[in-house]
Amino acid sequence: MSVEKKKSQQQSWEPKIVAFLCNWCSYAGADLAGISRIQYPPNVRVIRVPCSGRINPVFILKALQSGTDAVLVSGCHPGDCHYVSGNYYARRKFEIFDHLLDFVGLEKGRVFFSWVSAAEGENFGHLIKHVVDEVKKLGPAHKLVKTIEGPVANCQQTMVEG
Amino acid sequence: MWSKEITQKIRATAESLLLEGKVDLIIGYEAGSTPLRTAPSFVRSAEQASLLVWNPFCENNLSVYLEGRKEKVGLMAKGCDARAAVVALQEKRIDRDRLLIIGLPCSGVVDRQKLAASVNIDAVKAFSVDKDSLVLQTEEEVRLPLEDVLHASCKTCSRRNAPVSDIFIGEKSSEPQVKDEFAEVKSFEGLGTQERWRYFRELAQKCIRCYACRNACPLCYCQECIVDQTQPQWFGKTAAEEDTLIYHIIRAYHCAGRCIDCGACSRACPMGIDLRLLNKKLQKDVQELYHYIPGLNPDEAPAFGTFKLDDPQDCITEK
Ligand code: SF4
Ligand code: SF4
Repeated sequence: MSVEKKKSQQQSWEPKIVAFLCNWCSYAGADLAGISRIQYPPNVRVIRVPCSGRINPVFILKALQSGTDAVLVSGCHPGDCHYVSGNYYARRKFEIFDHLLDFVGLEKGRVFFSWVSAAEGENFGHLIKHVVDEVKKLGPAHKLVKTIEGPVANCQQTMVEG
Repeated sequence: MWSKEITQKIRATAESLLLEGKVDLIIGYEAGSTPLRTAPSFVRSAEQASLLVWNPFCENNLSVYLEGRKEKVGLMAKGCDARAAVVALQEKRIDRDRLLIIGLPCSGVVDRQKLAASVNIDAVKAFSVDKDSLVLQTEEEVRLPLEDVLHASCKTCSRRNAPVSDIFIGEKSSEPQVKDEFAEVKSFEGLGTQERWRYFRELAQKCIRCYACRNACPLCYCQECIVDQTQPQWFGKTAAEEDTLIYHIIRAYHCAGRCIDCGACSRACPMGIDLRLLNKKLQKDVQELYHYIPGLNPDEAPAFGTFKLDDPQDCITEK
């Protein structure tokens, strides 16, 4: 690939980010950002979950393997959980998982955890901007991304494109 | 200590427990298919008690076999077997009153891979333990200091005696002073991101996904393991590096705050993969962040079954 082509590809590349947002706080925060017409980059694909405690780390790995460039998980601030303590349990899981991903050599900036309340529409916008900026610095994800080559991939492609 | 007397005592204890009806089943070790192997033994009658053996090749973690038992079980337990049983108690997987822990004085089990470096294992006809040495009968007699052939987990173990036991056979082993059980993890943490990544990629390339590590682990008790699930299928069953790597991340992570570092997974691996590095990393983090060591106290809540209001949250992005 020529240098120019690579460059132009990189310039046209936009990260795809999967955001798992809890129903009661972060999803409502994102909603508020929308209602308030707060501008933020359109790179996130939101998946609503009942609680940050619902996040199984395998969701994160699956998203990364499927080629997302980063994953964001956000829930209610500690103390605000709709289910009282879901996010406290989740916090332990996230912290340990974060350390583990770093340990196996996944670059920092592919997985984000955050707390955003239903009143923090503006913060949600800031958060997304921050995440997108960080991921743009890193470029497209390669680690853990599963690429299928050959006949299977072609067949899948045909199925997708009809 | 490994001695014939302990074996005799184990047999006698098993016999009387079964005769008195205090247990329905004794889970222990019996001679395996070759001289340097033992097999798990399920003794249900007093006559069978003479099958039981006790030697440095009693390497399986017997707590694996506690899962789903309805009868009252007597468990022959090294420090790690007992701790795995305590984890099962902490997780309410077994009833305390249906478990009798028979503590045994362990002095560390032998790593057959290490033995293979200095002796042809297939030529060994018999072995014995003489104080601190392992004496192997091949064409000639080979004497090796036990210390040199212990499994890596046993080298950093400072809990050789069961922390909880109903009966203890023999005298408790002296607990060795371990300088820093996390030395290896720390030096690995010191490597660059790329180097670490390369290491795990190579590990994943070696793995044949036989799941022996999972099957040997006393903590892997799910009726349907995530790797066997097909709906949804969380990651592929192929030997592709990305799938295998995810398997290893998840296997280790599912044991976080639960792994007692018995080393059964590493010993079971036919490809010689060192699964301890990931396990130890998680142990270290759980210990540092939550001051928790699994398998010591049946009444303590597991690390991920509880929380503190001020738990550290360095992973959180503040905006
Ligand atoms: S993960 Fe390995 S060392 Fe830890 S308890 Fe399971 S078998 Fe033992
Ligand atoms: S036992 Fe070894 S080869 Fe088999 S799945 Fe585990 S790590 Fe892979």
